[in-house]
Amino acid sequence: MLAAIGVGSLQEIFERQIPAPVRLGRELDLPDGLPEQDVYEHLRALAQRNTSAEDELSFLGAGMYDHYVPALIDMLMERSEFLTPYTPYQPEISQGGLQVMFEYQTAISELTALPVSNASVYEGPSAVAAAGYLAKLHNDGRTFVVSAGMHPHTIETLRTYAHGFGMDVVEVPLRDGVTDPDAWARAMDADTSAAIFAQPNFYGAVEDAAALSASVRTAVAASFGAEGAGFAAPSDPVVICQVDPITLGVLKAPGECGVDVAVGEGQSLGNRLDFGGPSFGIFAAREEYLRRMPGRIAGETVDVDGRRGFVLTLQTREQHIRREKATSNICTSQALNALAGVVFLTWLGRRGIVELGELLLARTHYAREALAALPGIEKLHEQPVIRELALRLDADVAAVKRRCAQQGVNPGVDVHALSGREEDRGVLLVAVTERRTRADIDRLAEALGAAVAAERQTAGARQTAVTV
Amino acid sequence: MSPIDENHLHADPGIEAHHPHASAPCAPAPPLQREAARTIFQKGAPGRRAFVCPELDVPHVDVGELLPERFRRRQPPRLPEVSEPEIVRHYVGISKRNYDLDSGFYPLGSCTMKHNPRLHERVAALPGNARLHPLQDAERAQGALELMWSLQEALAEISGLPHVSLQPSAGSHGELAGLLVTRAYHEERGETRHRVLTPDTAHGTNPATVTMAGFEVVKLATNADGGVDIDDLRAKADADVACLMLTNPNTLGLFDPNIAEIAEIVHGVGATLYYDGANLNAVMGLSRPGDMGFDIVHFNLHKSFTQPHGGGGPGSGPIAVSERVAPFLPVPVVGQREDGTYELDFGSGRVGSRTIGRLRGFHGNYGCFVRSYAYIRSLGRDGLRDVSETAVLNANYLLARLRQHGVVEHLPLAYGELCMHEFVLSGGPMKKELKIKTLDLAKRLLDFGFHPPTVYFPLLVDEALMVEPTETETKETLDAFADAVAAILREAAEDPEIALGAPYSTPVRRLDEVAAAKTPIIREVIA
Repeated sequence: MLAAIGVGSLQEIFERQIPAPVRLGRELDLPDGLPEQDVYEHLRALAQRNTSAEDELSFLGAGMYDHYVPALIDMLMERSEFLTPYTPYQPEISQGGLQVMFEYQTAISELTALPVSNASVYEGPSAVAAAGYLAKLHNDGRTFVVSAGMHPHTIETLRTYAHGFGMDVVEVPLRDGVTDPDAWARAMDADTSAAIFAQPNFYGAVEDAAALSASVRTAVAASFGAEGAGFAAPSDPVVICQVDPITLGVLKAPGECGVDVAVGEGQSLGNRLDFGGPSFGIFAAREEYLRRMPGRIAGETVDVDGRRGFVLTLQTREQHIRREKATSNICTSQALNALAGVVFLTWLGRRGIVELGELLLARTHYAREALAALPGIEKLHEQPVIRELALRLDADVAAVKRRCAQQGVNPGVDVHALSGREEDRGVLLVAVTERRTRADIDRLAEALGAAVAAERQTAGARQTAVTV
Repeated sequence: MSPIDENHLHADPGIEAHHPHASAPCAPAPPLQREAARTIFQKGAPGRRAFVCPELDVPHVDVGELLPERFRRRQPPRLPEVSEPEIVRHYVGISKRNYDLDSGFYPLGSCTMKHNPRLHERVAALPGNARLHPLQDAERAQGALELMWSLQEALAEISGLPHVSLQPSAGSHGELAGLLVTRAYHEERGETRHRVLTPDTAHGTNPATVTMAGFEVVKLATNADGGVDIDDLRAKADADVACLMLTNPNTLGLFDPNIAEIAEIVHGVGATLYYDGANLNAVMGLSRPGDMGFDIVHFNLHKSFTQPHGGGGPGSGPIAVSERVAPFLPVPVVGQREDGTYELDFGSGRVGSRTIGRLRGFHGNYGCFVRSYAYIRSLGRDGLRDVSETAVLNANYLLARLRQHGVVEHLPLAYGELCMHEFVLSGGPMKKELKIKTLDLAKRLLDFGFHPPTVYFPLLVDEALMVEPTETETKETLDAFADAVAAILREAAEDPEIALGAPYSTPVRRLDEVAAAKTPIIREVIA
């Protein structure tokens, strides 16, 4: 090979190209390589030091959920034909992947009742930020009005992005567990680029999505009437809803609630937890936003023989064609995870998505009533819940979690530890997936009740000691 | 010419009918692949299903009592109604209409399509990884945190930059992180800078990211040797420039020999120097961005560190930074405590103390970290250097083979003599003399069983063909590819119509992309 190249040694190739001062004149300071089986044993030993949902009775949620992933998804995702190709730049030999994207888009459009969907973005919170960027491109407004019922990671992510493209983020507080409708309406003005809320919200509550959407336009138009005399037209705020797709068999779809753009975390659709990723982000919208969508979109067409086929379409939105004028910088997204999503939805089917939603509704309701009946535990709010519920404990949540762990139970997420908000002190967020049976919920109630009682007793004793 | 094997997806008994003179191989096509495309929404029957819902084991309460009518969906989403065997047949069937890396050569430039060891899938799927919740307490996720910390350390050593955030989800997400870090760095010093320099050879993500991060793009010219035009850089580098984004080796596959001078100019005006890590596969263990003077680097774990591409993701785009910009790093990062245990650090020390914030939920694409960490441990210090050496050797060998008589006249090397891990040919002469374009060559390669190289990029090369063979290909494969290119050019010299009409043997032939964009049909019509 060297002779064909016309060099005397491999070193010569590098010496002729990389100047000596920037050549690394030593070995990398890394361990030696290992045979496959040793790497396996090392990784297995590391994995064993993690307590997974396999090892405890887990009610952790807050953005990612331990739903069941059917075996056929593993099998399909491991197929070389899906696992190992690149983005389908050569459609003639990528019809499989392109058709999966097309089917995925169809499924997401059906779920959200919105006519256009892309083929996926990275994940939930950054999908919200990407929708914010779409709003900025759409109306060049100055502020994002967001409900405090968004996941804290989502608000943080949106703030990170918004600082880059020069937008402000205004938070609207909750009242009775849901976005305060009066504060929401008051927050809208002629500068509002997008109004963003989550359904269900971070605290598990079902929001009145239709009312929130409607009031955005009314409020913006009204505020414009007040301040904007002489301007040509009111701004056109984009209503963005972060959805959890697994609830959309029972919950009214965003497209039926006046939402313009629906985004969300897709993990609950057939993706594993993976300590937080990779999963995929949903991005669907009304027709008018099609040419401002980020990411890949597969479209139907025909070949020269008239055969039906699929291609990546509307690529003039994308970075590799439009460069600095692109509607997003996204390139690689989450095709394989979106495949798991569409296979999962197909597996659930038209009836299954409703049945599963109703089961989650029933079990979550049961869990909330059972847990809130315990001394020292109350509901955070009375709003309807579907797959997650929030409780206020009269005890330190971290200490309660430690006690439950001794019983092999992980009762949920310590919200204050996640959000850092003072009002979240004592709040426990409990996720109930279809993998958690009534017996599991009863076991949780037993462990949580005992832990809270024990902590209150300890705290009481401490209090007494201080008084004495 | 090696005919494609019979199991391959490209095969059309009709090719002779199309072009009696075509020298391309042909073999019987499995009927499945030429079946009219039917989506899963066009299959099944009412009432058919795969999912069996777990039983309702809690007391029945009317749904209306749990969820007020006005919040309820009346018409369920029209998802398919199919059985499990139908799902399996459907998706296995359409999977066979994909070409993939496990089936053959995939020399897409700047994409680093190297073999994906299956060990990585096995370890990523261990329940301790796959079913680990991201909000598990740190004390009960020590294995995962140690893995992330070790990966951070390895990436810091490979890049020569001390601090790493694993959070970004892919390369372009890492670029956004890098430019927001740059913005924060300047703001901290009380400066508002507006412009970011990118060479005209840059990946499209670079300028797109510049805009998203609220900066203005200023293009830098390329010199006659394919590197940054230093005079142009000097003319444009001023106190309003926030950053220069560079790929080195660049998208022409050339290592910029003036990198030290470039760094000096950029730092001289107080700007940061950003390294697009898409081409890191050329220099691992040989040269480090940190030593070249870069302040920020993103890695594409799905390129250099062999995460399977999945038909367009997932990826993972960690960034490494210098001390200078370390306070602005996205958080959390994984820290090691004094007792040797690990924690998520949200900026308790200097690193991340003035963080730009999060770019996504949780900690990044951990499943990708597991695979790339397994890769780094498998190869070790020698192995990683071998990767880059072999990648560069393979690229230069393939380049030499394509400089044979009959090819080089039509497809000359655009810049340089030698190359790093990839090279760019120009199809300009081919278009002029043989009347076929780079696109036609690419489409004809499909009939020969190869995935074509990247085409029409970088933009400054006329009819560009960008070839990256990677280190995991054999000499036999490289020879076969070179032979195929030569055969196509010979064929075109006799009859350009063959390439112009290609491909013939694929599940579909050339598709009407214009019609697709003009009247977008992006979802199935559901009966």
